[in-house]
Amino acid sequence: MESLINAVVLLLNFLVVPALSYGSQLALGALGVTLIYSVLRFSNFAHGETMAFGTMFVILATWLLQSWGVSFGPLPTALLALPVGCIATILFVLATDRLVYKHYREHKATNVIFMIASVGVMFVMNGIIRFVIGPEDQQFFDGERFIFNARQFKEWTGLTEALAIRTTQVITVVTAIIVVAILFWFLNRTRTGKSMRAYSDNEDLALLSGIDPAHVVRIAWIITAILATIAGTLYGLDKSFKPFTYLQLLLPIFAAAIVGGVGNPVGAIAGGFVIAFSEIALTFAYRKFFAYTLPDFLVPDGLAQLLSTDYKFAVSFVILVVVLLVKPTGLFSGKTL
Amino acid sequence: MSFLIGENMTGGYGGADILTNCTIGVEQGEIAVIVGPNGAGKSTAMKAIFGMLNLREGKVLMDGEDITKLSPQARVYKGMGFVPQTSNVFTSMSVEENLEMGAFIREDDISETMHQVFDLFPILKEKRNQPAGELSGGQRQQVAVGRALMTRPKVLMLDEPTAGVSPIVMDELFDRIIEVARTGIAILMVEQNAKQALNIADKGYVLVQGENRYTDTGKALMENPEVRKSFLGG
Repeated sequence: MESLINAVVLLLNFLVVPALSYGSQLALGALGVTLIYSVLRFSNFAHGETMAFGTMFVILATWLLQSWGVSFGPLPTALLALPVGCIATILFVLATDRLVYKHYREHKATNVIFMIASVGVMFVMNGIIRFVIGPEDQQFFDGERFIFNARQFKEWTGLTEALAIRTTQVITVVTAIIVVAILFWFLNRTRTGKSMRAYSDNEDLALLSGIDPAHVVRIAWIITAILATIAGTLYGLDKSFKPFTYLQLLLPIFAAAIVGGVGNPVGAIAGGFVIAFSEIALTFAYRKFFAYTLPDFLVPDGLAQLLSTDYKFAVSFVILVVVLLVKPTGLFSGKTL
Repeated sequence: MSFLIGENMTGGYGGADILTNCTIGVEQGEIAVIVGPNGAGKSTAMKAIFGMLNLREGKVLMDGEDITKLSPQARVYKGMGFVPQTSNVFTSMSVEENLEMGAFIREDDISETMHQVFDLFPILKEKRNQPAGELSGGQRQQVAVGRALMTRPKVLMLDEPTAGVSPIVMDELFDRIIEVARTGIAILMVEQNAKQALNIADKGYVLVQGENRYTDTGKALMENPEVRKSFLGG
């Protein structure tokens, strides 16, 4: 019995808890992609960089706050710096829209052209980020590292296996829940949110109803910038900030958005968790888990790891391909924003 | 002079003209119907009045005011409501949200207008929380008309409101449209079901190849042997 509990704790510690926080980060990222897709109707390749851009400003503001001696007690100072990152990112994406995408909207460009333009924006942002903060790893986490650590858990329970909960994991999940709740309230309850859904549902009819497309587009960018900054900051706090990692995040984020059905916010969230859990479950070494659950002679000698962690991006790819082959509209098709 | 009139309209979607010297007008509280064979430019004439295509010649007047140069959106603000033939509801949104979006340009309290729409189409009140995409064809058309009524328009333009609905539902819809006209709204509609439409029309326009062929009261057109022979199937 105790070995079974140990097995569960082991899975919780190395699989469920990390996947929950990683999934929340992906979900917030995928929400931004989905929002832009349903309002502007293109896949925004610059989304990973938007996350990095927002996080960069959060880090800069965090350093400034730290130099002033400001801290947020046990919580990371970066949370106080979030508004700065959000505002900087909002201004930047609105400027990009004015300078780049607006031109293509006026020329009624096809969505492939928009997508390629967003690749261009991605490279520009890429450059700006490396100019400002450099390509290296940045640690900006401060405050209390653990809610409770492995040693404390062992003392409380007397188990061999330990469960440690990091502050960032809890912050990630809680923030994601709050942000998603606000977003859904906005989309379903407010006039502006409903007009966004109407515009995404039927552009022509929205125009006939007097909905101003410029306003809808502006709001979509503002929300996307906020979501991207929060997602990027949470990811950076949980792991670390390295511009290149954010570029790579684009793949699982796109996979999450597509798995859930592009344009559907509920799908984006579900997709985020599907990708996160698959990625971690497939690269997890199960040997110890089998040692707790199986009789000795059945326990494998190797790590019992399906895929090396180097291949974690392949998991997103495979899921993406399978979904596109089997159910191209995604798991939650039929409902838009 | 009619309340709303498109006078001597000539134009098309770029390229060749579809309408030539076509005139269509409607009075407040009356129903005007545009009928004619396929490709006669019926929908085009209506779109021209709503500003969805550029006129080379002619003008559109509403209540004596020249609105020829206004965009469709600006005409909505002026009091025109338009129900397109297809994709005329927000399928992913509930019936009530569809009506709310119809009233988007209004800043005042819309609950009274919504009550009126629900009184007109009681089934919509029952289905108010259901996504419009899940409704039957006839119910969808009611949502579409209701959405357009939410701005409290002076003119309501309907592009084939009975396309694809059963004859019973068609009669029902026509009854509702008559009720709407009685409230003083001018109604202009394009119809495939010429006979039934002319029956309820105060005024009928028979278009052929983008030109006015016959213009008369609905009753007179129904009794005109030539119109009967050529357009109403005897």
